[in-house]
Amino acid sequence: MDIIVCIKQVPDTTEVKINPETNTLIREGVPSIVNPFDENAVEAALQLKEKHGGKVTVITMGPPQAAEALKTTIAMGADEVVLVSDRAFAGSDTWATSYTLSQTIKKLGKFDLILCGKQAIDGDTAQVGPGIAEWLGIPQVTFAVKVEVNDSKLTVERMLEEVNEKVECPLPAVITVVKQMNEPRLPSLKGMMRAKKAEIKTLSAAEIAGDPKNLGLNGSPTNVVRIFTPPPKGGGEILAGEPDEIADKLIAKIRERKII
Amino acid sequence: MLDYLLTEEQQMIRDLARKVALEKVLPKRLEWDEAGEFPWEAMKAFSAADLCGLYIPEDLGGMGQSVFNFCLATEEISRVCGGVGVTFAASALGSTPILLYGTPEQKKKYMPEIAAGKKLAAFGLTEANAGSDAAGIETTAKKEGDYYIINGTKQWITNGGEADTYTLIAMTDKAKGARGASAFIIEKGTPGFTFGKKENKMGIRCSATRELVFQDCKVHKSQLLSKEGMGFIVAMKTLDLTRPGIGAQAVGIAQGALDEALKYARERVQFGKPIASIQAIQHILADMATQTEAARALVYACARMIDAGHKDYTLPASEAKLFASDTAMKVTIDAIQVLGGYGYMKEYPVEKMARDAKITQIYEGTNQIQRNQIALALIKESASKK
Ligand SMILES: Cc1cc2nc3c(=O)[nH]c(=O)nc-3n(C[C@H](O)[C@H](O)[C@@H](O)COP(=O)(O)OP(=O)(O)OC[C@H]3O[C@@H](n4cnc5c(N)ncnc54)[C@H](O)[C@@H]3O)c2cc1C
Ligand SMILES: Cc1cc2nc3c(=O)[nH]c(=O)nc-3n(C[C@H](O)[C@H](O)[C@H](O)COP(=O)(O)OP(=O)(O)OC[C@H]3O[C@@H](n4cnc5c(N)ncnc54)[C@H](O)[C@@H]3O)c2cc1C
Repeated sequence: MDIIVCIKQVPDTTEVKINPETNTLIREGVPSIVNPFDENAVEAALQLKEKHGGKVTVITMGPPQAAEALKTTIAMGADEVVLVSDRAFAGSDTWATSYTLSQTIKKLGKFDLILCGKQAIDGDTAQVGPGIAEWLGIPQVTFAVKVEVNDSKLTVERMLEEVNEKVECPLPAVITVVKQMNEPRLPSLKGMMRAKKAEIKTLSAAEIAGDPKNLGLNGSPTNVVRIFTPPPKGGGEILAGEPDEIADKLIAKIRERKII
Repeated sequence: MLDYLLTEEQQMIRDLARKVALEKVLPKRLEWDEAGEFPWEAMKAFSAADLCGLYIPEDLGGMGQSVFNFCLATEEISRVCGGVGVTFAASALGSTPILLYGTPEQKKKYMPEIAAGKKLAAFGLTEANAGSDAAGIETTAKKEGDYYIINGTKQWITNGGEADTYTLIAMTDKAKGARGASAFIIEKGTPGFTFGKKENKMGIRCSATRELVFQDCKVHKSQLLSKEGMGFIVAMKTLDLTRPGIGAQAVGIAQGALDEALKYARERVQFGKPIASIQAIQHILADMATQTEAARALVYACARMIDAGHKDYTLPASEAKLFASDTAMKVTIDAIQVLGGYGYMKEYPVEKMARDAKITQIYEGTNQIQRNQIALALIKESASKK
């Protein structure tokens, strides 16, 4: 079973700070990590490989320093990694990112399954996985918490808000995974040594035969107008006392605000 | 901290051991300590991280036969929990006799699984009536045809019951005294080999300390290590090689206590200021740090000397074990003092560290025995110069 995992390198914080003047992320001084959900995707891929054999290839689109994120996955046990990196990709939105990744996957050739994280902790759109599926014209199953493969059929449990949903679909397909799916393994010493020595294969825009009209800033229909920190929600008020008293206080407050 | 000029690989080993210890041991150490629960979960994590074969050559499935690298990992694990640290180190103690004296067949049969961390090893020398005076052991191995029949009870064997591979010292010829002992490899599950009581201990409580009971236990002669009569030589050479590991365990415990004391001293406010600004506290911390570093330097120097191929390291190995364990005891008790009443409580980890530190002065040869050995070596050396 040939599995491709898409990972994104993100700043190590869920509280990303934003430069109010440029509307861009302040990345200086924030260490980079593999997007946490993507580590779950790598773990899921490694477990499927342990069960069914095959190969795990990890890819990322990003600047040259994203090679470090790929090395983290080699240390976990990924067989091959590919960095898709080109100045032409700068400024990609989810349209351009998913296009670029789908072109890369086509270029890599044979695959049975593509795994993505549910969402990136910086961009947070959760669109890239589904986007890749659309570009490739294959099924997508999002929010997977459990994945099983029988012959060429995929059984996936999706984690929804209230219930879990079990769906089946043919392979190849794209799955995006939630963190409840598994606990990503720690690196191993042999893996770390392999990662240290690894030369990271890099593909350019030309090498993935990317159509310039879908690449980078120019190929990105989304225009982020403004990024801002919303004001914090006001703390609620807790009414104390006997039930009758509370009810009276509550009605008084509702009247006060002319809600009724 | 002193810069020990670690190679990139050594930094990797140290950082990985720390990472695994922080993620897999730290959240559980109190629970395992209180319940006396064997830390299988931690051992599996060390196995998955390829940390179990640091002292084993690559052709036997290890990561390159380095006492130094093994010490680095043992130290980082013990910094978080001394009990898990000794569980890790005792497997090296139990398998070192095979590494040193095994035939190629014996090594191939037992070492790869130990290197992979799939199996643990244990070393059985001590008995109820033979501790420091190891020559007093009463367990016998009587030859009958192609087999040895083993009878007797070993006491306080670390990893007892949990390990799969045991190296055992037993008397094959009592009449020959110390020259009448032999070493054997015995597998768990061999008929006639069972486990006695599990001890309830002061410290390293998650580590298993148990009796090995042999009742007409029949083992094939292919399980003999080296030759008949070599038992005590096997034991002594093994202990020489593993003592730096106990030193590393002690350094780790001391460092863990220093970490806690420093953190606490900066946070705890009395008389309107952090106690870290009180000179009396500063001096305790300074001594703790200096002593811990000195112990580490001694352990590292000794381990590096062994890895470099020196043959005679009995003296530095004893010195490293002696100094590091005395340091661990002192530093952990000082840490309790820095934390005051809180240090005495189980909510803080330093009382456990002090309980764990105590054993390092006792096992693998008490510190009195180390002093005997060091003095003997000194006097011998001095006499040979005249
Ligand atoms: C604060 C912020 C806001 C943004 N808002 C928008 C927006 O509103 N609309 C828009 O189109 N773009 C937006 N972008 C840009 C966008 O983040 C990235 O350009 C886009 O490529 C990835 O989207 P995402 O980070 O939301 O990833 P998601 O779609 O949330 O990521 C899902 C999964 O896709 C895979 N993946 C994502 N990126 C990569 C990659 N580079 N390489 C390999 N795999 C990857 C991973 O498996 C990941 O877990 C924003 C970026 C930031 C930092
Ligand atoms: C938790 C734990 C784990 C252990 N694990 C193992 C194991 O895995 N395998 C194994 O074989 N053994 C193991 N042991 C045994 C350990 O090595 C012995 O306890 C140790 O060697 C001391 O023996 P003893 O306890 O019988 O003390 P004793 O020998 O009775 O000593 C009592 C006291 O007398 C002192 N003393 C004795 N003789 C002399 C002397 N000649 N000069 C000066 N002082 C002397 C000692 O230093 C000590 O202070 C373990 C013990 C413990 C407590």
